[in-house]
Amino acid sequence: MPVFDEPGAAAPSVRPSKGTINLVHLYPREMSIYGDLGNTRCLAARIARHGYTANVIGHHPGSLLDRSAHLVVGGGGQDSGQARVEEDLFANADTLRGLAADGVPMMMICGTYQLFGNAFVTVEGQRLPGLGILDVTTQGNAKRMIGPSVLETEFGTIVGYENHSGSTTLSAGQSPFGVVRHGFGNNGEDQTGGARTANVFGHYLHGPVLPANPRFADALVAYAAELATGRPFEPEPQDDGVADQARTRQIRRLLGSDSAR
Amino acid sequence: MPLRTSAAVVAGKAARVATRLRGGGSAFPGLVAERVDPGFLAHALQDVRGGIVVVSGTNGKTTTTKMLVALLRAHGRRVFTNPTGSNFTRGVISAMLRELPVGRGRLSADIAVLELDEAHALKFAAAVKPTHSLLLNVARDQLDRFAEIDHTARLLASLASSTTTGVVLNRDDSFVARVAPDLAPGVEVRYFGVHESIAARLPELLEADVRFGDEFTAPEPAAYDGLLKPADERAFDVVFGAGDGVGPVTLQQRGLAAMINATAAATTARMLLGEAFDAATAATALAGVRPPFGRGEVIQVDGQPLELVLVKNPAGFTVALGTYGTTPVATMIAINDNDADGRDVSWLYDVSFASLRERGVATTSGIRAYDMALRLSYDDVSVGSIEPELIAALDAFCAAHAGEPKRIFCTYTAMMALRRTLAARHGLPDFGEEG
Ligand SMILES: [Zn+2]
Repeated sequence: MPVFDEPGAAAPSVRPSKGTINLVHLYPREMSIYGDLGNTRCLAARIARHGYTANVIGHHPGSLLDRSAHLVVGGGGQDSGQARVEEDLFANADTLRGLAADGVPMMMICGTYQLFGNAFVTVEGQRLPGLGILDVTTQGNAKRMIGPSVLETEFGTIVGYENHSGSTTLSAGQSPFGVVRHGFGNNGEDQTGGARTANVFGHYLHGPVLPANPRFADALVAYAAELATGRPFEPEPQDDGVADQARTRQIRRLLGSDSAR
Repeated sequence: MPLRTSAAVVAGKAARVATRLRGGGSAFPGLVAERVDPGFLAHALQDVRGGIVVVSGTNGKTTTTKMLVALLRAHGRRVFTNPTGSNFTRGVISAMLRELPVGRGRLSADIAVLELDEAHALKFAAAVKPTHSLLLNVARDQLDRFAEIDHTARLLASLASSTTTGVVLNRDDSFVARVAPDLAPGVEVRYFGVHESIAARLPELLEADVRFGDEFTAPEPAAYDGLLKPADERAFDVVFGAGDGVGPVTLQQRGLAAMINATAAATTARMLLGEAFDAATAATALAGVRPPFGRGEVIQVDGQPLELVLVKNPAGFTVALGTYGTTPVATMIAINDNDADGRDVSWLYDVSFASLRERGVATTSGIRAYDMALRLSYDDVSVGSIEPELIAALDAFCAAHAGEPKRIFCTYTAMMALRRTLAARHGLPDFGEEG
């Protein structure tokens, strides 16, 4: 499978670029299952459509992450992929914590969401520490939580597809990303979906989540644009009719006819 | 024969008739026989002395099985197979029930060639140890079923280690080739793969194996290992390590993936037939294999060809686009997300649709028609219309492109629905379930 590693759909623009946004995808080879690269593709394209320039950087194990990132995304992986990136993640822990503290938007899905938490506790009870950027703990279990998912968030009702075996619990004081309206969310029990601290979002929605939920995608772009340019986000009008249809049809299917917004 | 097996055959046959009457699927009668006699499989296969061959892997099982069966039959062997492509253990039993005489629970065949998906191959091996197995590849496919590609690789490794005589492995797929050291002692290993002249095209066919730190190097081809050497877009040779080969062959089915399946089938046939293997007979047999339904099947619609191309996973879709990209025609894409399709459509983002950019896509359809159109927009591929209802989309597509060749890429249940309608209208042969 080719790794998406080049600048995305930079539409030839007549107007000068509003600024360059450095978009870092963590471990595109090891941690991009279930179409997670689609999020990077979507962000790169929307950055261009809003009149900015996307500089897409694939971060691979063994290299040093620098502080110039304006937007960071990570996906899920096989257990083997996860094992291979852990060491690198800790080598770059201070940089990632610094970026998070500076308000850099990040979206971590599934495996990288778990690694951004305090710890992952295996079925055998072994405690594997995480970065601690999100105040959550994940308990490994035999049951897999698989299926379509709907979350109610501050960016509206968003849809995706979950596939995880870890059950994640939020510490007291950690805010969730959304409320589960369909599917399992963090653990299948407390209706919380994902977690948010500053502009760091962690959750279990593959799908990939951003193309079908452009409001959420543009929120990430907006935070990144402000950091990159020092000015408020200057959006261009977007035609998201197809994305809105894709999303609302899924919501209607999963929640019933009156629920789509 | 034991009374229980005889009862199982009768019960199974009765269920098969009942299922036929209801117009049901092919797996139900097998379930009945399995309940009545768990030893049914072992007993039924007891007289099959020339080999019990399991074909497994993510992509190409149906095509490869069909080719291997054709190769063996061309050499005069009586072959039992599960031709409907219902690649679960129960499907195999259902197929057996069709051939078993009542009162006699044993198949009379020289060789059994069974297409089984990864999980059911293991279930089968628990009942009957295969003498041979052919492992094609490991790719992301319906991950909501198997959850992990590494898990799929482990299933294939255990299938290989429970095989008693010979194993044929894909030397270019490290998930598959890495199982060689785990085989039972004395089990012969042969490899199939691609010739170095087209090694550059491997990344478009294979999933990256990130389980290990070391880079995988394919083993050197030995005397009976078969390598695919294409002559042009359609003709190819299978070249064995010793220098001899099969070909040139032109398949009825297009593309690199089909050629690789043919290479795997020829290598396996040679292992099974030994000295009796004849290159000229093999070439003729391969050229005569008709594409399985929905695998590049061509249907004449109002005097113009309409190709149905089944797409199930990123590797398969990528290969299909590469294969058909050389002859762009009016294109429709139909994506369903029923259980048999895989409920997660994320994988569409692991495929590049750039090759469709120039002509655009006329119509997207299926339950996830809008998701497909959205995906295409991110590759700057224009979409003419979006119509979730399959038959309405088919009608509009055929009407708008009446005077030219057409192609529909579709997931499994979308393919079944479209083909059913096309079969009714254009008098196509009946077909069973294929997986
Ligand atoms: Zn996941």
